Amino acid sequence: MSVHTPTSHRFPENAREALGNETLQRGLASAKVGFRIRRSEAAARLPEFETLRDESRDIKNHTLAHIDLYLEAFEKRVIERGGHVHWAADAAEARDAVLTICRAAGAKSVTKGKSMISEEMGLNAFLEENGIEPVETDLGEYIIQLRHETPSHIIAPAFHVLKEQVIETFRKEHTHLDPDRVIEEARQLQDEARQVLRERFLAADVGITGANFLIAETGSTVIVTNEGNGDLTQTLPRVHIVLASLEKIVPTLEDASTILRLLARSATGQEYSSYTTFSTGPRRGEDADGPHEFHVVLLDNGRTDLIGTEMQEVLRCIRCGACMNHCPVFGAIGGHAYGWVYPGPIGAVLSPSLIGVEEAHHLPNASTFCGRCEAVCPMRIPLPKLMRHLREREFEKGIPPATLRWGLAAWAWLAKRPALYGLAMRLPVRLLALLAGRKGRFRRMPLAGGWTSQRDLPAPQGPTFQAMWDRKGGRREASK
Amino acid sequence: MADAKPNVALFVTCLVDLFRPSVGFAAVKLLEQAGCEVAVPRGQTCCGQPAYNSGDRADATDIARRTIPALQPFDYVVAPSGSCAGMIRKHWPALFENDREMSRLAISVAEKTWELTSFLTDVRGMTSVDAAYDGVAAYHHSCSGLRELGVREQPRKLLESVRGLTVKDLAHPEECCGFGGTFAVKYPDISGRMVSDKAEDIEATGADTLLAGDLGCLMNMAGKLKRRGSAIRVRHVAELLAGDTGAPAIGEGES
Repeated sequence: MSVHTPTSHRFPENAREALGNETLQRGLASAKVGFRIRRSEAAARLPEFETLRDESRDIKNHTLAHIDLYLEAFEKRVIERGGHVHWAADAAEARDAVLTICRAAGAKSVTKGKSMISEEMGLNAFLEENGIEPVETDLGEYIIQLRHETPSHIIAPAFHVLKEQVIETFRKEHTHLDPDRVIEEARQLQDEARQVLRERFLAADVGITGANFLIAETGSTVIVTNEGNGDLTQTLPRVHIVLASLEKIVPTLEDASTILRLLARSATGQEYSSYTTFSTGPRRGEDADGPHEFHVVLLDNGRTDLIGTEMQEVLRCIRCGACMNHCPVFGAIGGHAYGWVYPGPIGAVLSPSLIGVEEAHHLPNASTFCGRCEAVCPMRIPLPKLMRHLREREFEKGIPPATLRWGLAAWAWLAKRPALYGLAMRLPVRLLALLAGRKGRFRRMPLAGGWTSQRDLPAPQGPTFQAMWDRKGGRREASK
Repeated sequence: MADAKPNVALFVTCLVDLFRPSVGFAAVKLLEQAGCEVAVPRGQTCCGQPAYNSGDRADATDIARRTIPALQPFDYVVAPSGSCAGMIRKHWPALFENDREMSRLAISVAEKTWELTSFLTDVRGMTSVDAAYDGVAAYHHSCSGLRELGVREQPRKLLESVRGLTVKDLAHPEECCGFGGTFAVKYPDISGRMVSDKAEDIEATGADTLLAGDLGCLMNMAGKLKRRGSAIRVRHVAELLAGDTGAPAIGEGES
């Protein structure tokens, strides 16, 4: 179901399952390459792309340093425009706020634009329990809702689903349509989803969207979509609810425009998404359409605890997905293995911060620190550095297995004593070279099963370099 | 002073010291060809990454603190590894943020530390080497060298001067090989998939030799290629540039 009970603690098992899932592997292989090429071409087409990254980083740093000020200004503007702001310390408070609004509206059916905050809140399952039917309207979200799955990617929720599976799902779920109809091409699937969803848009009592930005200056919320589903979700029903986490705030329209120039380019390689929609309060007297009520639910859920800490930089994230599109670990296992709402490098940093290092301790460790995520992050979030901070926190708490901690301690003790280290290493290295003999490598090695389960272990050449350098009488000091 | 030979400390790296001394000797030879006075200071073991990347900041800091005085007297510190050079250059200073004196020393060592091929070309202006190798090589850019130190064209430029050698590009040259230090052992399944994909990319080039500038990545890729039964020979780029290809390739024996 769509409630996110974390399974991050069983990450190695999740990863193994993902690696063995051939359908998933086929999807990953084709999808990741496309994202990378499109992002790289889009960045190359814009001469000021790198400058925009600096400016956007600075905008967010400034905003986070004064976030209380800007959030209060935002709230004031929303109220001035006739809207309502609901502050939620955690997911439960946010769910209750949404339910209260829905009940007051007598809602039976709710349409939804794509929102990761909704996933974080476990909103769909909660609404269902309370007799309200949520209908996802983003095509990817709609597909996985029908399949009772969770998103595996923050901008492409059905990243893990192949076209053939979508056809199968539509045939199974859309029982009111002609069973002999032809659905083979992506276009036909889109048309069918559009046809089915059109009815749902018109029937919905409440529309719920996320927000890519909150603008303090005007009290506006901003969404970007490629399908236009967000616009139908928020303009047709009587009530519009915006779900947003606090750090989505920026001071001005100008700031939002600056960051918007990076968002789609980093995400899909588009210059802009097809639709960028600003919402400012409910319908005014002279307006032809729009909701009668406008609510913003502002979710904290642990984020303010990060402000002022070494993890603060993660709050610059604009959820473009570039880090996961370029991550070799995500590319190998996909998003579900991470076991909670946010996968990939951003998830490896955000999940332990929000649900605790005890639950999510594997995630920041499951990185080679290849650095590609940081290289493409539009907001210049130093993701490897933040993962390393989390590893330090885990080490302080004694979370890594004892074998690793003791092994590390013994090695470090030696590494701090160069003379002793040199002597201590000579014999085992010689012995390994002898044991490997003429093969020059090992297929099996006690205590190195992790290595040899996947690959041979090349053997040492024999003597250490330091020993050979001594024998040669090589220079040890700087000459005058 | 223009023709005074700079004093260079070779930071051997723990993997070269223990597994493949021939890379260390090739590095010394290249540095001498580049007009340097080379020494191997005694007070070195490892750059501390195994501790640093495992969250053990205290031990990483201690190792750096004890190594810095050994490297301090030299004009330059050069490592045949982008990963270890990156550790010294980009991470050692951060270890001493609350210790002004050590911080000053760490920064001074960091600023004179270079990855081997980058030092030869960017600092010493070397444009060619006197070496020959009959073969077709694929080159793998190791992540730390590539993204922390900007080592991309330097090794390629020098390899172009090796007589008889053709260099082929990988289809995904920026993709990590899956080594990642302890990552390879902690998450063997994921690492295994990554190095498998890398091995396929290497094999698809039709190259008979694989080169890179970091022994960790090389051992990972060589181990996978051997496990797959591949005949591709794997060597550190310094061995080829120095013309020192007498020793068996990585993961191969005397036969």
